[in-house]
Amino acid sequence: MPNSSRLAGANGKRRMAGRIFIWSLLLFAAFVYLTPLYVVIATSLKDLAEIRAGALLDLPHELNFSAWQAAWSNACIGVRCEGLKPYFLNSILMSVPAVILSTALGALSGFALSKFRFKGANTVFSLMLFGCFIPLQIVILPMAQTLGFLGIANSISGLILVHTIYGISFTTLFFRNYYVTIPNDLVKAATMDGAGFFQIFWRIMIPLSQPIIVVSIIWQFTQIWNEFLLGASFTTGGAQPVTVALNNLINTTTSVKQYNVDMAAALIAAAPTLLVYVVAGRYFVRGLTAGAIKG
Amino acid sequence: MPQPKGGSSHRTVLDKLSRFLPQLVVAPSFLLILFFVYGFIIWTGYISFTDSRMLPAYEVQGFRQYFRLFAMDRWDVAFDNLLVFGAFYITLSLAIGCLLAVLLDQRIRAEGALRTIYLYPMAISFIVTGTAWKWMLNPSLGIESYIRGLGWESFRFDWIVDKDMAIYVVVIAAVWQASGFVMALFLSALRSVDQEIVKAAYLDGASTTRIYLGIILPSLRPVFLSAFVILAHLSIKSFDLVVALTGGGPGYASTLPANFMYEMTFRRNQIGLGAASAVMMLLTVAAIMVPYLYSELRGKRHA
Repeated sequence: MPNSSRLAGANGKRRMAGRIFIWSLLLFAAFVYLTPLYVVIATSLKDLAEIRAGALLDLPHELNFSAWQAAWSNACIGVRCEGLKPYFLNSILMSVPAVILSTALGALSGFALSKFRFKGANTVFSLMLFGCFIPLQIVILPMAQTLGFLGIANSISGLILVHTIYGISFTTLFFRNYYVTIPNDLVKAATMDGAGFFQIFWRIMIPLSQPIIVVSIIWQFTQIWNEFLLGASFTTGGAQPVTVALNNLINTTTSVKQYNVDMAAALIAAAPTLLVYVVAGRYFVRGLTAGAIKG
Repeated sequence: MPQPKGGSSHRTVLDKLSRFLPQLVVAPSFLLILFFVYGFIIWTGYISFTDSRMLPAYEVQGFRQYFRLFAMDRWDVAFDNLLVFGAFYITLSLAIGCLLAVLLDQRIRAEGALRTIYLYPMAISFIVTGTAWKWMLNPSLGIESYIRGLGWESFRFDWIVDKDMAIYVVVIAAVWQASGFVMALFLSALRSVDQEIVKAAYLDGASTTRIYLGIILPSLRPVFLSAFVILAHLSIKSFDLVVALTGGGPGYASTLPANFMYEMTFRRNQIGLGAASAVMMLLTVAAIMVPYLYSELRGKRHA
């Protein structure tokens, strides 16, 4: 909190003008940030005739959810007309295991790298950290070949593998930096009592890790759900995640462009991560800053 | 917590094993990264020196793909776009993010709600962002037609179909998405500024503006730097937003290097060329990240 004497010298009128100025800027910004969301929601509820009338910012005449229905279950993506639903399920099937696996591996590595400073631990950590910085374009080609070699090209399992691997760098970073702040004496005392590596991990570290587990899960889920490049590179047709399907839906040429269906589909694709943000925004911000300051 | 006691002959082996348990636990993750990050970088680097087209070929051809790359107008456009996009995206996001953070720091009652509004675009995928802005910016039914409908008949805002302006449309959408995040970074840093110094300056009669410009903002230099690095990093990796917003068009006027790489690799069967462009992207990232990480690590050692 800023200190209370900040505006102490200002007289009442100037202070009032200052507040109005600040508030108008803040509200204008809020308006700009919210406009796209409003436009997308409003458009998704309008019928095509209303959309073609061109009043972009007007409220819909009535609440018409037929575009949502179409986007979910019968809009055409390429030649398949089953809506976003199967791809939405793909994204769930892909992100849930990948989030769990990468978080678990990150927690274990983070623990081992922070509480057991074996020779080379810092080098290992630095080398792993590098994975946060690479543009994924540099790994796509070999990855495509490797997935083919493993027999999981164009499959959800393939995407789970890819997302798990490229998530490990971030989750290891989260957990390692979090565990560094937990006193070493705790681990030492437990070791004295004869507790082994996994016992300490399970009984002491994990109960203390709740905040960072939430950060890691939210970060990984948001990243994986929203990811497009890997999904577009490694899957076609029925195995695509929802971001790729959404892009294809928008670009599928139909005789009449159904903007309302496009917008409803965009909202459906965005809903899970928006929901996570609304419910657990605090952790979301923490993950962003923690992952971002280093990454 | 007593440990279960095994037979004495097993114990030495187990003891040895458990002494290396931390290493054994890290090993799988580490090996995965070694292979899938470092191994793949070398692999892609190698392919960039071959004549691979539809399938990887392994006969080294030297720098041919790089010469081809630099001779292509398409790559020139993509790289120039990256410079323009990066410059505007970074500057605008930093400026807007910093301004919003300072304004929010003035004991605003609805701070929580406003923060939530500014930051929500960061939770959305670039594909959704691109879809939404594409719809708003299309001249026939979007903002242009709306403003004309209000009576300003000559209003023009058709950047999205203008080959000289299309890249700025990408800038607009990208800044919309990232500036709230920059705001969050700055806000948390503002909260950790030493209030004693600020208080002392007020007692000395300094104005709010002077305190911000003279004391508070200069102390945020590390945040400026990390925000800069993150945004630069994001701009080099930008791919999906262009795909969803402009499709790289009109023509290839708004492509970025990442789009070039994808186009060559997956659409044109020019794997070698795609690999060369990926290497260029990695080098661009490295040119920004290596000095930053170096100074960060060195700073910590001295501290």
